Amino acid sequence: MKRRTLLAGVTTALGLGLAVGPALAQDKPKIGFVYVGPVNDGGWSQHHHEAAMAMKAHFGDAVEVVEQASVPEGADAERVLTQMALGGADLIFTTSFGYMEPTIDVAKKFPKVKFEHATGYKTAPNVGVYSARFYEGRAIEGFLAGHMTKSNKIGYIGSFPIPEVIRGINSSFIHAQKVNPDVEISVIWISTWFDPAKEADATQALLDQGVDVVLAHTDSTAPLAVLKEKGGLGFGQAADMYEYAPEPRISSIIDEWAPYYIKRVQAVIDGTWESDNTWDGIGAGMVGIGEITGPVPDDVKAEAMKMKDDIASGAYHPFTGPLNKQDGSPWLAEGEVADDGTLAGMNFYVQGITGSIPN
Amino acid sequence: MDFSSFNAALLIASLMVAATPVLLAAIGELVVERAGVLNLGVEGMMITGAICGFAVAVNTGSPMLGFVGAAAGSLVLSLLFALLTQLALANQVASGLSLTLFGLGLSSLIGQSYGGQKPPRAYRLDIPGISDIPFFGRAFLQHDMMVYVSLALVAGVWALLKYTRAGLILRAVGENHDAAHALGYKVITIRILAIAFGGACAGLGGAYLSLVRVPQWTDGMTAGAGWIALAIVVFASWKPWRALIGAYLFGGITVLQLNFQAAGVAVPVQLLSMSPYVITILVLVVISARSSGAGAAPASLGRLFHAGR
Repeated sequence: MKRRTLLAGVTTALGLGLAVGPALAQDKPKIGFVYVGPVNDGGWSQHHHEAAMAMKAHFGDAVEVVEQASVPEGADAERVLTQMALGGADLIFTTSFGYMEPTIDVAKKFPKVKFEHATGYKTAPNVGVYSARFYEGRAIEGFLAGHMTKSNKIGYIGSFPIPEVIRGINSSFIHAQKVNPDVEISVIWISTWFDPAKEADATQALLDQGVDVVLAHTDSTAPLAVLKEKGGLGFGQAADMYEYAPEPRISSIIDEWAPYYIKRVQAVIDGTWESDNTWDGIGAGMVGIGEITGPVPDDVKAEAMKMKDDIASGAYHPFTGPLNKQDGSPWLAEGEVADDGTLAGMNFYVQGITGSIPN
Repeated sequence: MDFSSFNAALLIASLMVAATPVLLAAIGELVVERAGVLNLGVEGMMITGAICGFAVAVNTGSPMLGFVGAAAGSLVLSLLFALLTQLALANQVASGLSLTLFGLGLSSLIGQSYGGQKPPRAYRLDIPGISDIPFFGRAFLQHDMMVYVSLALVAGVWALLKYTRAGLILRAVGENHDAAHALGYKVITIRILAIAFGGACAGLGGAYLSLVRVPQWTDGMTAGAGWIALAIVVFASWKPWRALIGAYLFGGITVLQLNFQAAGVAVPVQLLSMSPYVITILVLVVISARSSGAGAAPASLGRLFHAGR
């Protein structure tokens, strides 16, 4: 925590220095990235960082990239964004849900600076949002989890009860239950995106409760490290995490941000950038499914790949009726498909999940 | 509520693992504070130990050497603190805080190439016949060696402080350094030794995180454990066995709340998540309310000593 303050202080100094002569560096666009965790977390933040580097490699000397890692969500984020904007950034990617309000606030103060916020839903003339349909990947993970669990108990480590995470839990459970009607899901909320010790403890607690397949919606590889040590199966999250293959990692959801970053930076260079609302999935290549490994039988593997293809082509939607909400009230009728509006604001569990969502 | 899925032996086993990093750091800091020095750099020393231990273990393939390396790395870092506060007479609070900042940055630097690597497995206790005793064996006798080392450290520190001349001198230095100096004891030397011991313990605690509990290296992975260790020293009113109780209570509630969530017990998650902290604060308040509680702080704690004065 203190290190962040220190780094932020250094950035302030740099920001002030650069603010004196922003006009001098107008020749090439300056692209900023803000991450919630360290760039070597092995997951979410590292993958954004790598995508940023891929974007930089694509443009070479034509762009300048500035990055700030381990920025806490909240007031600190606002300060960091302000400094980046003062430092002459033309486009700033804010890569965590909790940066939503800070991004909107800072964007108001700097109408000429463009912002792109990941996984949020608030836009402005100079704020676009982008996210991936992770729930499509979760459907495949849930399918595999339902097949592979022997105790009929799967676990889900949630960070914060936001729609993105709730969609993931619902999608995983629906598809686990489809292949295994007896399956139960245990959810643990740990109120952080990145805290390896907490993620490890949560994994251990799930194992102690009889869970044998763990899905994590946090940023580090700690859950897989614990599964490797103690037994059980899991998935790569945000990054392939192939270093834990073939077991315990049996597949993964891979975020593919680089093409989007390249496209949006190109738009800034061309002067055609406009606020957008991008929400792409497997079909558009924003969500990748890592190789299925380990003890997964070949027929299950083939079925999972077929599901992936169907989702990609649009033939299958992971939220297809009949589906009821947790309290038993009908949500989607037979064959009906969830609309994006409901999905974007999802704040309920589907029928069959026990426990309640913290509010 | 359904408690049938709770297995007490597994809970106790998880609790001991969750509590060990803070226990190790706390017992070290307890000795430092009993010598009258307040070192707020525990977090920085822990994370330095976490990466030093990880790097040594990965490169040598031996977890045992990893722990030795962790203790050595943090010890060296703590000597920096000793140099600042004991020889240069710098302010202890400021020096401790900067030690934390420095440790976090240094560990991040050393750890750059260690992300995503797997450490060798730590040696686990497995006594044929005994480790398999139902309940007792699973709960207490199947841990890695560091769990027992931490318990032995608590017992050792307790015995040292209570029964030995060295412990008496250490306490004298912490209670009244001028008097100890007048009696001819080398206040500065004793304090430097205490600081080094605290550093080594914090390093072991950090390495326990990166080698056993998580087990991997990631930036900032201690995530505040050092501050919890500092709180536990106060919680324990500077007594070794109470530090053990404090650490296990904190670890126990942490583990229990996660298990409650996993079992779907109908208690609001927010209450569960904050319970370890709330109970720590409550106990602190209760202890402080008693005359022997916070008043039990070593009288010279945090005060500078200069022999020439």
